[in-house]
Formats: sequence, structure tokens, C-alpha cells
Amino acid sequence: MTNLLNTFRIAIKALQRNAVRSALTALGVIIGVASVIAMIALGSGARAAIDEQIQSQGTNVIYVSAGSFGRGGVRSGSAGTTTLTLDDAKAIQEQVPSIARLTPVVRTRVQVIAGDQNWNTSVEGGNEDYVVVRNWPIASGANLAPRDILSADKVCLLGDTVARTLFPDQDPVGQVIRVRSLPFRVAGVLAPKGQGQWGQDQDDLILAPYTTVQKKLLGITNIHQLMVSATQSDAVEDVATRITRLLRQRHRIQNPDDDDFSVRTVEEMAQTRVQLAQTMTGLLMSVASVSLLVGGIGIMNIMLVSVTERTREIGLRMAVGARTRDILRQFLTEAVSLSVLGGAVGIVLGVVVSQSLTRVLGWPTLVAPASIFVAFVFAAAVGIFFGYYPAHKAANLDPIEALRYE
Amino acid sequence: MPIIEVRELHKSYVVGDVTVHALRGVNLSIEPGSFVAVVGASGSGKSTFMNILGLLDRPSSGHYLLQGEDVSGFDRDRRAILRNRLIGFVFQSFNLLPRTSALENVELPLLYSTNGHARSSADRHRKALELLAGVGLGNREHHTPSQLSGGQQQRVAIARALVTDPELLLADEPTGNLDSRTSVEIMEILQRLNRENGLSIVLITHEPDIAEYAQRVIAFRDGRVVQDTPVVRRRNAAEERAALPPVEADV
Repeated sequence: MTNLLNTFRIAIKALQRNAVRSALTALGVIIGVASVIAMIALGSGARAAIDEQIQSQGTNVIYVSAGSFGRGGVRSGSAGTTTLTLDDAKAIQEQVPSIARLTPVVRTRVQVIAGDQNWNTSVEGGNEDYVVVRNWPIASGANLAPRDILSADKVCLLGDTVARTLFPDQDPVGQVIRVRSLPFRVAGVLAPKGQGQWGQDQDDLILAPYTTVQKKLLGITNIHQLMVSATQSDAVEDVATRITRLLRQRHRIQNPDDDDFSVRTVEEMAQTRVQLAQTMTGLLMSVASVSLLVGGIGIMNIMLVSVTERTREIGLRMAVGARTRDILRQFLTEAVSLSVLGGAVGIVLGVVVSQSLTRVLGWPTLVAPASIFVAFVFAAAVGIFFGYYPAHKAANLDPIEALRYE
Repeated sequence: MPIIEVRELHKSYVVGDVTVHALRGVNLSIEPGSFVAVVGASGSGKSTFMNILGLLDRPSSGHYLLQGEDVSGFDRDRRAILRNRLIGFVFQSFNLLPRTSALENVELPLLYSTNGHARSSADRHRKALELLAGVGLGNREHHTPSQLSGGQQQRVAIARALVTDPELLLADEPTGNLDSRTSVEIMEILQRLNRENGLSIVLITHEPDIAEYAQRVIAFRDGRVVQDTPVVRRRNAAEERAALPPVEADV
């Protein structure tokens, strides 16, 4: 133990003798470790954010969209597929068990005007259950009423962003806005929901009866999407399967590849994004690992220079009784000290960088203690791996040659 | 029992295509407590002989008995351990660690001690300070080599050589880089160590007058001992130094 401490002290002393050079060498490891820490933090942060969104969204929602995201062939996408209808919605509601709520969805982009303000936003057409399925509280005013849906009234709810843009300093409830020159009465304002799954502003929308959007804004009879909530979250899979089967039957589809609709659950969508986040993290991690590798090569390079420079010192140490393993241990300790000290500084830097990313760019990050441990072990391993060859070279010098070295 | 006994010592090595015979059958023995000078021109084999005596090298054939033990077949690590325990080295070029204090330079061999003495750093400090005081550098333990004169550096090197209480001191041209006054001072220390502590000393030199400080001179030529005689009129470094005119200031 005292021996180890001695070796460490000798190593630190040797590194101090070339303080600037040691610092520059450690910089390679510092940058490598810092970027590994920051990348892992970014990855776990993204993951935590996704999890949180799933929790807030409710895990029991199923999206039935017109058009297929299926494999191969030319697909026209949801906008061009007109085969999803209100009859499908009715059939699903009647025939599939365990459905709590269901709303048809149609959407389009519109220019809206209120007073001297105007704004380009999207209109979502739904029924009175839309806000229930999406778990979206109403901040002020009232929800769409079933009567509004039936008679295709020109009423709407404003998303928080739209409300604040069109009515910067008055209560929008009861006001009239013009949507493509048609007057709509504002029945209420939705509570702010924040960023969506892909970072979009979820509050930038207007919610109106789907019948109104179909007839007055789009002139269509089909629907774009159905949002369904299951009665409980473990029924989601079953409901999704039954909807798929029912729609295939109604649309007379034999081959799943020919689906003109797609059924997805929040869980599935989250899965995709978790995978995407993982891929990104993996990519960034590999870049970070390369810099750690380069840092390691830097250590090897400097240690080789150091061995050459200190050939006489090595010869002398051998003459006064240093064994092969003593010299090996000394130079290995120097390399590992470099990489471990670099690793420690890199961890601090990585945490600081992660927090700055969150503060300045708003990216979610999460520094896991495990990642700190892994980075530290990795740094030490780099030191051992890249320090071994120079140390081995030093330990096997011929003492006579080494003492005579100029 | 002699401290050093060599029998039919041969050493040859290959340089390019040529085999160089550095030692061609050396036989001699050195009694404990003696002060022996080894002289010879460069290429005479005296350096090779010294490297083998110092356990830095191994003979090609023949036997080397150190304190009665045949060490000619010892491997690297066993030789390193014996060097640490039994042998102290003093070199022409001092070979102190740069940017390292005199104290730490003297302590260096203790870091590699395997026989348990001076384990703690306090013990090492005490021992090193004692030896620095013994060579007249008690007040300079924190000086680095660049802050010391050549003579002072060589005295630090002597203290380092003695810190493990060796049986044998090997001095390879210890005065080669020093002026004559400092040389006398160094020889005075060596003579005192030999006389008072009974330390066996083997001094390698090519200067005949330096060899006269020893009790016995062994001359090498072409890898063989050509002369082995006691010194008839031995020089006394202490008396010579006392007779020298005083210096103005101690550097």
C-alpha cells in the first residue's frame, strides 16, 4: 500500500516536472471523457423527456390514421387517402370493446384574423371528446358541446399560443375570430401543453367541431384520423388489434401490406423515438469515443518521448536497484495518473457542458452516476492500454546502455 | 572470504559482424575493506569489468563470486535486488535526477529496498539527511543539482551510493569531471569511508595519480589483467587538502 502511494507520488512529481506538457496531454482525455459524459447525459435526458411525455399524454391512446406508413410501393399519405370515414368510426365505437372515448380528427392549415392580429395556424376538427382523449384541460371558457358538433357550428377553442397571439391583452372567450373569412366564436382556451413529441409547439392550434372543418373549411366527408382511448392501459394492445382487424374487414383488405390506414399506440410511437434517441446517442458516443482514443494515443506518444528523454534516469534507477516491475509500474502509473486526472477533470467538464446544453439550448440532459463511473473506468483503461507499451519499453532497457545514453 | 572473486571471466559481444572480446580470462580476488584502483586505457576492458562487478552485466563465461555467492547466472531482477543491497555506484557524470532535491536524490535507492529497512518516508528522510551531513552537505538538502557545484553534486551521489549501507562502492571515474582541488576533496571522502567504515571500494580511473589514492592498482590491457601491485607510496587526500591554499568563499 505504501509502495503504491510512493509510486503514485513519484509519478505525480515526474508529471509536475513537465506541467504544461502533462496538461496538454491530459487535455485529449479531458475532451474525450467530457464529450462521452455529455453525450450520455444528452441521451438519457432525451429518454427521460420521452418517458415524461408518455406519462403526461396517457399511455392508453390509439391513433388510427388514414393512409399507410407501410413498407414499399408508392403511398399517397394520409392527406390523399379518403377511405377512412365516419362509418368506420361508428363501427369501431359499436363493435370494439374497451373503448372509453373516440374522436374523429380532420385538420388543415388556416390563416386566422382577430382585430388587427393575424396568424397562420392549424385547425383540428374533433368532437367533444377530443380534449378528453388528449388529456387536455380547458383553461377558461367551455368545451365544444355535442350540439355544436351536430349542427356544425362555427365555434372553436384556442390553443394557448394562438390565444396569446391573437388576443395579447384581452380574454378571448366570447370573442369572434375569422378563419378563412368565416367568423368563429371562441368558446374557450386550452391549457398550455408545451412542446410536443418532436419539439413542435402543441399549443399552436385551433380546435373546432370536425363537422365544421369538414363542411365549411375542407369540403370533404372522410376523416383524417381517429383518436381512441382505451378504458385501461393494458387493453390498448387488444383494442389496437381489434380496430385493425375490423378496418381490414370493412375495407376488404386481404394483405396487411395493402392497408390504407395505420394503427399506432402511444407506446409504439414512443418506442420509435426512444430508438431514434438511442441511435443518435450511439452515433455521438462513437464520435466521443474516437476523441478518447485520440487522447490515449496522445498519452502513448508523450510517454514514449518521456521514456527517451529519461533514459539516463531509467538507467540510474536500475543501477540503484529498480527491478523491471518497478520501472514498469512507475511509467504505467504516470500514464494512468495522466489519464485518470484527465478523466476527473473531463467528468467535471462534461457535467458543466451538459448543464449548459440544458440551460442555453434547452436540451434535456441527465447525468447518471453510472456514466461518471463508466467514464472514469474507461479513462483509467485508456491509460493502462496506451501506457503499457512505453512502460514496457522503459522497463526492458539495458541499464548500461541507458546510463551511457546522451 | 574475499568480497569479490572472479575466475576465468570472459565477456564478448557482437558489434555488427565483429565479435569483440572485451574480457579474456580475468582472475582476481578483492578482500573486504580494501581500496582497489582499476586502471587501463579505453578499450582495455576495465569498463566491462566494472559493469560485471556492478551486476549491470553478466559474463559470457567464468564465475563471479560476490561475498562467496556465485552471481554470474543471476537474472535481471535478482541482480537488481543485489545491486540495491550490496553495491553503491558513483559515476563520472554524477547521474543525479534533474529538478529533484539532493534529499530526494539520496533517498532514491531506498524506494527500491526489498529488505525492509527505511520503510517509512520519515525513516528515509532521517537516513538521507544523516548521509548528506556525512559528506558535508547537511544544509543543502533542498538544493537541486543545477544549484550545486560539480563537487557538491558528486558528494550527493556518494551519499546516494551509501544510503542502503552497501558492502562495495564502485566509483567509475568519479573525478573525471572535476577540477584537481575538488578531486582531492572527493578522494578524501572515499579514503575516509574506506578507513573509518571499512567500506570496500573499487575505483575505475585512467589517471595514474588518482589511482595512487588506492591501496592496490590493477591494470587492464586488451581484456586481461597485466599488472596487479600494491601502491608503494600511497597518497593521503586529507593531508593534501590541508596543504592546499584556502579558497576565498565556499561555492
